[in-house]
Amino acid sequence: MKSSYIKHVAERQLRNKTSFSQSVSNSLTMAYRGLLKIRRTPEQLFDVTLQPIIFTLMFTYIFGGAISGNVQNYLPVIIPGILVQTVITTSIVTGVQLREDMDKGVFDRFKSLPIARIAPLAGALLADTIRYTIAAVLTFTMGYIMGYRPDGGLGHVAIAALLVIVCSWAISWIFAFFGVIARTASSVQGISMIVLFPLTFLSNAFVPAETLPEWLQWFVKINPISHLVTAVRDLTNSGTVGWDLSLSLIGAAIIVAIFAPITVRAYMRRT
Amino acid sequence: MSNVNRREANPNNGDWAVEARGLVKTFGDNRAVDGVNLNVRAGTIYGVLGPNGAGKTTTIRMLATLLRPDAGSARIFGHDVVKESQIVRQLIGVTGQYASVDESLSATENLVIFSRLLGLGRAEARRKAADLLEEFSLTEAAKRPLKNFSGGMRRRLDLAASLIAQPPLIFLDEPTTGLDPRTRNQMWDTIRRLVKTGSTVLLTTQYLQEADELADRIAVIDHGRVVAEGTVNELKASVGTSSLQLSIQNPMDIQVARQTVEQVLKVQSTVSSEVGKITAPMADADRVTDLLIALRDAGIQLAELSVQKPTLDEVFLTITGHGVKEDASKASDESDKVREVIV
Repeated sequence: MKSSYIKHVAERQLRNKTSFSQSVSNSLTMAYRGLLKIRRTPEQLFDVTLQPIIFTLMFTYIFGGAISGNVQNYLPVIIPGILVQTVITTSIVTGVQLREDMDKGVFDRFKSLPIARIAPLAGALLADTIRYTIAAVLTFTMGYIMGYRPDGGLGHVAIAALLVIVCSWAISWIFAFFGVIARTASSVQGISMIVLFPLTFLSNAFVPAETLPEWLQWFVKINPISHLVTAVRDLTNSGTVGWDLSLSLIGAAIIVAIFAPITVRAYMRRT
Repeated sequence: MSNVNRREANPNNGDWAVEARGLVKTFGDNRAVDGVNLNVRAGTIYGVLGPNGAGKTTTIRMLATLLRPDAGSARIFGHDVVKESQIVRQLIGVTGQYASVDESLSATENLVIFSRLLGLGRAEARRKAADLLEEFSLTEAAKRPLKNFSGGMRRRLDLAASLIAQPPLIFLDEPTTGLDPRTRNQMWDTIRRLVKTGSTVLLTTQYLQEADELADRIAVIDHGRVVAEGTVNELKASVGTSSLQLSIQNPMDIQVARQTVEQVLKVQSTVSSEVGKITAPMADADRVTDLLIALRDAGIQLAELSVQKPTLDEVFLTITGHGVKEDASKASDESDKVREVIV
């Protein structure tokens, strides 16, 4: 064997704690792995490419006339709504793929390496932001093709897209948690849809909240998705930054603060 | 079975690579590991031998920090696997029963990612990957996705991945299960070379031959417990002494020959009359000379003479009371029969 002689245990520098910079660098390496996997299997990007195209077309032409009188007036309402709905729905895939990935032997190796415990999870979630970016760009592109001209300008549209990507990344920790504790990938899909479907539809994403019965308005107004949609509308349609944006970011931070540690803990326990 | 290549446990190195005390792991009602003690000296190959479901993999997974023990404790080079798990991970390499590499990536990509995770720089990681691939004769397949790899290639890559950080202790969980004999021999050579560089290897196996070929010491594990421990020779000796087998040229002489054998060696012998063969336990090798002289004096012509050492198979049967591949349920009524055949 060519490799040099093994260093004696006593000569090694051993540390029982992983530093913050090591955690970041490990997570980035794991994200690189995620990107390589996406490049090797581009067919897994079907959903993020087709969903924005189909949903934007479908919802705009179905609801446009009924809600805003015509399609043109509905675009400033629906594009931010579709953006939030599509990108957040995409984050379910994170949990599903994590479940599938964890069943493979390679996760045993990750666990046996002296790397930050959070890295395999954080890396996978980080790599998935590429999916959210694709979905966001396609939704805005579809809107533009259909005649959407946001008054906020390109800069604010970009900030809005970034906001949605950040919030989806935060929410993907919830699905990552489901992914870690669930037995099968399909059950992750099932649970996540049940959670996400009411959240995205019982919001102001597709219809103005004022048209809803009062008891429902109450829920729609506290629904974090509504705040995110409003924040996006403010940014894209008027270029303003409001309380809704702060609320969305605070909400995202809270979700990460709760779900990242319990997900890592569950991941460590499950073997 | 050859003992030619066996090295003695390195006496000037008093370090224990593994010290496990009373390890227990329960899955539901099943006590998969039920109080396992293991001591592995640094620089040796240690074999954990047992049938399927004996608790070998669970034991390894606890020692490799992949599973938390329900009870008991384990130290790797003096570091506790639970309290100092991150230190332990810096000292071990794990090659699982199922290849722990990324199926959708190429061999190079796998090794580069593991190297980067272990703190190597970009260029350094590439060089390390290339070196290891060459060392394990995988250079040609470096860019191919692993889906097209044979079982042997996958195992080699898996082992290569475990060696990136040059860990002083390597766990190999059934490294040759499912490999063809040629690939198995290559794997054995690789493992032997590993130990020459100063590594300690703890391997599990279902194959007695593998333990015999590779391991300095062996623990036989059954139903989650260590049922025997020692060097290969100690284990073989624990079953009993070697046996002397004599074939007689003229079958008519067999009764006389048998009497002579029993008188001179002072033991009970058995006879299989159809081939004219006498088998007797050989406690004292010196007496064989007396026996041969006595036989010549009696005018008995020998066709063949051989000494049979007990095999590890017999060791296993004797210790566990059942065959390696056998179900525990069948064991009780069959073990008696089996023993009669052996003795």
